[in-house]
Amino acid sequence: MSETPDRMDFVSRRGLMKGGVAGAAILPASARAQTASSSEDADGTVPLQRMNVTLDVNGQARQLTIDTRSTLLDVLRHDLDLTGSKKGCDHGQCGACTVHIDGERRLSCLTLAAQAEGHEIVTIEGLGSENALHPMQQAFVDNDAFQCGYCTPGQIMSAVACIREGHAGSDAEIREYMSGNLCRCAAYPNIVAAVKQAKSGMEG
Amino acid sequence: MRPFRYERPATAARAVAAAGGEAHFLAGGTTMVDLMKLDVMRPERLLDITQLEDGRYDFIDWDGKSLRIGALTAMATLADDDEVRRRVPMLSDALWLAASPQIRKAARIGGNVLQRTRCAYFRDTSYAQCNKREPGSGCAALDGGVTRGHAVLGTSSACIATYPGDFAQSLIALDAVVEILGKDGPRAVRFAELHRQPHSRPDIETTLEEGDLIVAFSIPDADFPRSRYLKVRDRESYAYALASTAGALRMDGDVVADIRIALGGVATVPWRAREAEEMLKGSSISEDGLERAAEAAFAGASTTEDNAYKVDLGKRTMVRTFLELARMEG
Repeated sequence: MSETPDRMDFVSRRGLMKGGVAGAAILPASARAQTASSSEDADGTVPLQRMNVTLDVNGQARQLTIDTRSTLLDVLRHDLDLTGSKKGCDHGQCGACTVHIDGERRLSCLTLAAQAEGHEIVTIEGLGSENALHPMQQAFVDNDAFQCGYCTPGQIMSAVACIREGHAGSDAEIREYMSGNLCRCAAYPNIVAAVKQAKSGMEG
Repeated sequence: MRPFRYERPATAARAVAAAGGEAHFLAGGTTMVDLMKLDVMRPERLLDITQLEDGRYDFIDWDGKSLRIGALTAMATLADDDEVRRRVPMLSDALWLAASPQIRKAARIGGNVLQRTRCAYFRDTSYAQCNKREPGSGCAALDGGVTRGHAVLGTSSACIATYPGDFAQSLIALDAVVEILGKDGPRAVRFAELHRQPHSRPDIETTLEEGDLIVAFSIPDADFPRSRYLKVRDRESYAYALASTAGALRMDGDVVADIRIALGGVATVPWRAREAEEMLKGSSISEDGLERAAEAAFAGASTTEDNAYKVDLGKRTMVRTFLELARMEG
């Protein structure tokens, strides 16, 4: 691997527009102004940096040109149209963006997309399909483990990992090890019930 | 977020050579990316150290009673290690009681000990006054701020921001040593000398020099089966400590042979209560004795109207920790 990712001087118009839209949605005005004038390096600030990455998402290799600032969450949602992973707080506090990286639960909002290169990423879209739900997805349906549903993809990804880690041994342990996923509708009792149901499904 | 260059040095030596100035190391990113989004941290280059030398700095090794842990070990890996949990439970406790499962999978223990304060006035750049962000600008917390979560020990007139971590309290209690790779080669410092109290320069948080990379922690005498980390907070899980105690005990019959006390949630840096330890060593454990020792531990406390409760809470947390340890087998 090269030590410095290639700096891309040429970016396709579509990619640039998409990147621009994605960036604009999350940047404060001050940062946008800086980005707009960043083709020159005169004041010592770093100009916009692009790099090529290949991300392994839901079993597919996806080649992309990204801004180094892109989080995995923004790349999934804006560049790959995988909008199941949700942006709640964008600061690692709510868990709505939880995905699996190499089988472990991780927050895609605090993971730079560049850092995800070389690792297997699985999102809620890659967990099951409409005709063959993952046992955890089915358990959330069966136990009515949500109201608005916004936190649900993150809850499900976290819950699958919670069982794999061996941290679903009791109601108390499930609550402790699901504490990184907030549910403002407070469907917590039903989420615990769903995790217990899926646990027997996944282990059985 | 400001643009930055992203690099993946292949070896620790190259990472250290490239670091310095506005080039920072990036491991789990749980502090760095958060604070970059808030425009509090503004690196011009990030040196991704997660793929250095095929996991060379990701290990947990026992050698007799000594324990050595690679700095790139994930918090979750160390928290879930069976032997660590059995032989020195306070290390495991301090990790699984911290953060969330997702964060513990990402964050590495080297970065964990360097996490930045949660002081709201440090994190919110709309406050112009923050001596930690902008040396000499003042302190919005002391100047009429809400200070319920702020420190009461190790404070200065420039800064009362709390050191937020848990794991560091266990390391300081265990007399851990920090193994560092620097621009002049490898060296070791006592963990107790890693963090720096704010004094007049709260922006300088550690004694690390430019380019220094923490590569491991070693604990020469780590066997403390009778140890724990007790954490008191606003909610049962996934919250920072209001007060905590890392406690370890070795008894010789009814007499305290060795005792380690570190306090979290109440100080500006990882805080060892050495006076309290000296008062308890060589005597038996009693509630009265513990209360007197706790009194001594907080004798130097400096409080605001909002955080004065932390003195009582901190003392009670310390006393309860050792009453429970005294009842343990060991």
